[in-house]
Amino acid sequence: MEKFTQLNAVAAYYPRANVDTDLIIRVERCAKVEKGGLGAYAFEMARFLPDGTDNPAFPLNHEPFRRAKILVGGINFGCGSSREMAVWAIAGLGIRCLIAPSYGEIFFGNCFQNGLLPIVLAQPVVEKLGAALAADPAHATLTVDLARQKVVTPAGEEIGFEIEPLRKRALLEGLDEIGLTQLREAEIAEFQRKDRAKRPWVYV
Amino acid sequence: MGQTLFEKIWAEHVVADLGGGANLLHVDRHYLHELCVSRGFPTMHERGLAVRNPDLTFAAPDHVISTAPGRTGGAFPWSIKVMDMLRIETRKAGIRLFDIGEDGQGILHVIGPELGLTLPGTMVVCGDSHTCTNGALGALAFGIGISEVVHILATQTIVQRKPKTMRATFEGAPARGVYSKDLILALIGKIGAAGGAGYAIEYAGSAVRALELEARMTLCNLSIELGAKIGMVAPDDKTYAYVKGRRFAPSGAQFDAAVEHWKTLPTDPDAKFDREVSLDASGLAPQITWGTSPEDVIGVDGSIPQPGHVSKTEALAYMGLTAGAKIEGTKVDRVFIGSCTNSRVSDLRVAADIARGRKVAKHVEAWVVPGSVGVKREAEAAGLHEVFLAAGFQWREPGCSMCVGVNEEWAAPKARCVSTSNRNFVGRQGPEVRTHLASPAMAAAAAIAGEIADVRKMMR
Ligand code: SF4
Repeated sequence: MEKFTQLNAVAAYYPRANVDTDLIIRVERCAKVEKGGLGAYAFEMARFLPDGTDNPAFPLNHEPFRRAKILVGGINFGCGSSREMAVWAIAGLGIRCLIAPSYGEIFFGNCFQNGLLPIVLAQPVVEKLGAALAADPAHATLTVDLARQKVVTPAGEEIGFEIEPLRKRALLEGLDEIGLTQLREAEIAEFQRKDRAKRPWVYV
Repeated sequence: MGQTLFEKIWAEHVVADLGGGANLLHVDRHYLHELCVSRGFPTMHERGLAVRNPDLTFAAPDHVISTAPGRTGGAFPWSIKVMDMLRIETRKAGIRLFDIGEDGQGILHVIGPELGLTLPGTMVVCGDSHTCTNGALGALAFGIGISEVVHILATQTIVQRKPKTMRATFEGAPARGVYSKDLILALIGKIGAAGGAGYAIEYAGSAVRALELEARMTLCNLSIELGAKIGMVAPDDKTYAYVKGRRFAPSGAQFDAAVEHWKTLPTDPDAKFDREVSLDASGLAPQITWGTSPEDVIGVDGSIPQPGHVSKTEALAYMGLTAGAKIEGTKVDRVFIGSCTNSRVSDLRVAADIARGRKVAKHVEAWVVPGSVGVKREAEAAGLHEVFLAAGFQWREPGCSMCVGVNEEWAAPKARCVSTSNRNFVGRQGPEVRTHLASPAMAAAAAIAGEIADVRKMMR
């Protein structure tokens, strides 16, 4: 997994509430398109008009937001299905960090699996930040410092955020969860041995 | 202090405490659909990983397969490829596959309980967000992403952070024509599509106890539409009776031992939840959604609300509806009865009771898609298919079908569809399709009336 340490990049604001994973990536794209090609279809129903041209109402269709690596969103971002392709599609757009008041839970976990940092900030803070970015595209750049757990605004204001220690470490060091769990094989085997005696009906 | 049902099952599955709130948990049941296989196994091979417990992993195709009568498999070149991968990879890994045409095939969240694979107290996961359906049996069940699918295939464990707990209590007897689908839609309307985010929900109260197991599955199915990964109902005598005799369920002395254990699982009287919500089931009208989030829901006798947020103005425009208008009488083009929410025999019985002796409106195309081979067989034995066919419904083969349309079983752009599924998202049933979520009874009523109709006026 790619490490995440510090990011200084253009940030776009997409204020829609309940952005669901069907909107982020259509399910038939999930089935048909290779992992690396999903970015082309990210947000396609909002990003393109039915004739295939850019929808001007979609913020990422404008400069400098086409180059955004940070996306500021609304409540319950990524709600809906478990499809990890939603994260792959967003990553395929070049986004490495999300900032929103809340997330769909499965989506939130999937972000960490792919080196994408989902930051949670209070709704008024997100809305103020987003409005400032949209109002002044020339200065729509944020710095995200994971080690210090700070978002630095264009005005130099620092906003702190929370992140669970294990997830922070995994992002900073690009750690692999499967590799770490495999080191615990003896514990897993021991669990199953005891569990088999206690709940034999589970082991069909 | 006592423990909740959720806390007891969680504690029983902890393999290791990883610190910082993260636990390594044992997975008892891992269900795979064809897209988990096609996306997960390439990573397994790249990394040289083997399936640790093929005995605890079960697979069936549901998403990409055609549900057309007489289907033989994938309907499109790419879905045929996906089906091939499913067959090859499960055979090589020694994973049990319930293939097309075989007993057991169906939507994973339908077959898990039906086959007796999902049991009270088990940890059940699947690369699909509606895995929460299985919580109806008192299992701890949730959806996961592909990275986690690979992690489980390789280690039979998953890293999770313990969510907070919420109890949703439904009291009172619902009126005639009001079902568990209406109860849960009403709750989503009340606390919002993010209202359950961060919580494991336990559904409780007299109205939940009164529900049969299949109706409890509908209730738990929509937990994810509340924002919660997990929804569950404590096991009781109805649960044990439901499990008994199923294909993979324990039998004889082992069944009795299992029940003894399961009886220790329900929430202790003095246990505390982080949040309590409640809803009076007796006052509800049949529910129907008007927007593009399940929280956009009203009683069928209600009017479409004034949008309070820009997202809701967009939703109304997408749906082609006007604020302030009555929803009853809105003309519909399609009706879909199916999905892991409402495709079980009890759902089909309710819909057939409305359809019996009536005709689907001329301008409506209406489909019934049973959730599994088992459901289909049982429904046909009861003659339900004849009721539907005589009324002009299509009677199809088991699968996800129009719930998500990954197999391209879509409605036409701008078509209005009353659907018993779980998501009314933009484009969910095809580009520009307008989805209204409702119960099977309401969907059948809409098919007959040709418009959104109050099923209470059509009950016999
Ligand atoms: S029926 Fe719909 S919600 Fe259920 S598993 Fe299939 S696609 Fe997902």
